[in-house]
Amino acid sequence: MADRLITSAKELSNSEYFYGHRACAGCGGSLALRLAMKVLGPRIFVAIPANCMSATSFLHPQVAFSVNCMISPFPATGAVLSGIEAGARALGLKDYHVVGFAGDGGTADIGIQALSGAIDRGDRVIYVCYDNEAYMNTGIQKSGLTPYGSKTTTTPAGKNFPGATGRKKDMFEIVAAHGIEYAATASIGYPEDYLRKVSKAALCQSTSYIHVLAPCSTGWGFPVEETVEIAREAVDCGLWYLAEYENDEFVLNKMPKEFTPLEDYLLKQARFRHLKERDMEHIVHGRDKKWEKILKNWK
Amino acid sequence: MDRPKIVRYEKPGKVENYPCGAIRVGTLVQDNAGWRILKPVIDHGKCVMCLRCFLLCPDGVIDKSGKILEIDYRFCKGCGICARECKVEAIEMVREGGDEDAG
Amino acid sequence: MPGKKIFISGDEAVAEAVRMARPHVISAYPITPQTVTVERISDFVEDGSLKSEYLHVESEHSAMSAAIGAAAVGARTFTATSSQGLLYMAETLPYASGARFPIVMMNANRTVATPWALLSDHRDSLSQLDSGWMQVYCEDAQEAFDMILQAYRIAEDPRVMSPVMVNLDGFILTHTYEMVDLPDQEEVDAFLPPYRTENRMDLEEPRTVCYASLDEYMEFHMKQEFDMRKARAVIAEVDRDFGIRFGRQYGGLLEKYRCEDADAVIFTLGSVTGTVRSVIDSMRGNGYRVGLVKMRFVRPFPEDEVVDIAEKVKAIGVLDRDLSIGYEGIVFSNVSSSVLRACSAPAMVNYIGGLGGRNISKDNIQEMFLELLRAADGEKGKRVRFVNVGSEYDG
Repeated sequence: MADRLITSAKELSNSEYFYGHRACAGCGGSLALRLAMKVLGPRIFVAIPANCMSATSFLHPQVAFSVNCMISPFPATGAVLSGIEAGARALGLKDYHVVGFAGDGGTADIGIQALSGAIDRGDRVIYVCYDNEAYMNTGIQKSGLTPYGSKTTTTPAGKNFPGATGRKKDMFEIVAAHGIEYAATASIGYPEDYLRKVSKAALCQSTSYIHVLAPCSTGWGFPVEETVEIAREAVDCGLWYLAEYENDEFVLNKMPKEFTPLEDYLLKQARFRHLKERDMEHIVHGRDKKWEKILKNWK
Repeated sequence: MDRPKIVRYEKPGKVENYPCGAIRVGTLVQDNAGWRILKPVIDHGKCVMCLRCFLLCPDGVIDKSGKILEIDYRFCKGCGICARECKVEAIEMVREGGDEDAG
Repeated sequence: MPGKKIFISGDEAVAEAVRMARPHVISAYPITPQTVTVERISDFVEDGSLKSEYLHVESEHSAMSAAIGAAAVGARTFTATSSQGLLYMAETLPYASGARFPIVMMNANRTVATPWALLSDHRDSLSQLDSGWMQVYCEDAQEAFDMILQAYRIAEDPRVMSPVMVNLDGFILTHTYEMVDLPDQEEVDAFLPPYRTENRMDLEEPRTVCYASLDEYMEFHMKQEFDMRKARAVIAEVDRDFGIRFGRQYGGLLEKYRCEDADAVIFTLGSVTGTVRSVIDSMRGNGYRVGLVKMRFVRPFPEDEVVDIAEKVKAIGVLDRDLSIGYEGIVFSNVSSSVLRACSAPAMVNYIGGLGGRNISKDNIQEMFLELLRAADGEKGKRVRFVNVGSEYDG
């Protein structure tokens, strides 16, 4: 049970609670799960809806978790977490955490209703959205968190469309708008920051939410060894940001002096390689507008 | 090295002996070693035990319980994040089955 | 709490039973005509007479999902729904039953849209017949009260470990007031001991529930099926024990009324049973040999009992308050397949009635019996008939 802030690998136990899973080599999502569970320790209840993590880790008889775990119905991670917490409370269980790991689609699309309900009830659960920006488990289809210009199997890039045309939903801010006790964004490219945020969530008395960017080499199209690097660059080029929401305030954790070139980040990835100059401009414009808002309103 | 054992799975035989719901966790019946083309090899002379590789391995195969870091090759998929992220270049990715196959 | 008789509605009877069953967690979303149940339960939680966690969920899908989460740590759970709500939670029903969670749910039977209607029929619950849930249908508020208590005993029996849906006809039962006998809490506690299970996640010995199985999927489901078959005996056993303790017994899977020497019987579900009983009483007075089979459980299906009846009567009518569009009544299909196993072949007629709350009158029922008696004598007629239809139709 995490009872203090954890900010380094040294403080993590050598025990693994997520081991032997069948996720792709270099999977960012599995790193996000593994690290969060290492922070939270063995006395946890984990619920995971349909996604790569459940598909690759619960295959009876091989169970890659060594902690209590279950697959939740796809739309219902938030509700299952609430149910576990209510049951544990009613049964008088002590010293435990209830944590969910849902993907971007499982959070921002099909699971948003149940997530909203859980936050509204204020149940003491930790909800982690590991965001790889598309439905990877089903073969890279567009989700509500797929960014503009991203080529997926349902947003092919061609003469008429530059790939996905939606804007990535601001899940962090949607969650914050509930008045949640604690919410944060993170990236596996900044693992110490992520560890700190998970341990902070563990100290909360009500619902907490962490949105961690977790690149998918298969879906994004980059070499497997670059997963962490890409996750870092997403922050450095300004397309993702590290922030927290608590006590009704937004706080920016990392203020980039200047952004690294957007093209470098985008063109490393097959999903963006088709982008034309005007698409790039559109993305730069979106980024700058977002940062204008962040710098104006957040601490 | 302190990493889980691989166990043999015996089917229950009779349908009535199948579990009614819950089963134990942490049961590993198969390794992932066959996925690998390249394998990470740590040069312990260069390693400064910063634990960055331990921290960033998606599969958690780097064990820090001993005096030196050890890799559980049964579950290493050979992604190479450890080598890429190592700040002192103490990890080399070598071809599986090659002469360097010492790990 | 000492036993007493009180004048309450079916919805309230369910709430009273839930209070006495002491579930750890209740998660529910309001839908007419189930609402009174969840309102009363909320009152009980508020006044402290029911020490449960009440989760105000944002949908029926979440209601069942939260119940699944709570059951996953070994909590006794309750939820309630109706109609569209049941269909909205449909995905989670086989989820709960496959995970072998003994959740008890009240369903206020209401028809499904479209056209929209608020009144009762059984299209909602019967559409979920294959979900791995036991389904019981109640005739009155007392039976609803009693069946909530019995449902927990049956569901949580280690031989069964499957969820139960307790069905009450919307408005006709949920909103009609009757005298209901409430037993003493101590007697209820003796009948329904606290729920203990190994089918749960456990902090001391971590486990998984709701996992995946590719190679052995069939074996897991065969076990579920075999345990559901065992539930038939458990249902009878629990009914007998309930009778001994509380003086009310319902016949287990089904109840036969004046069937001994009957030539024609009608199968019913739910509240229409009372009307059929009274028609039988008056027809019997006039020498007609007619009887009633009140189907209580549709899952598990009372196969042997139906075969036994089919071998003794000349004509069977099945009154379905549902319709599997494109075929026939769902209960009729189920009864027919068991009748095929009988050594004799009674005439079979399917009466589709009461859809969307359409009245089924005593006259309608008497006409059915008269037609069945003619069929028993060899007269050929239609296999599927619609009851009390105001408009003409071909078909």
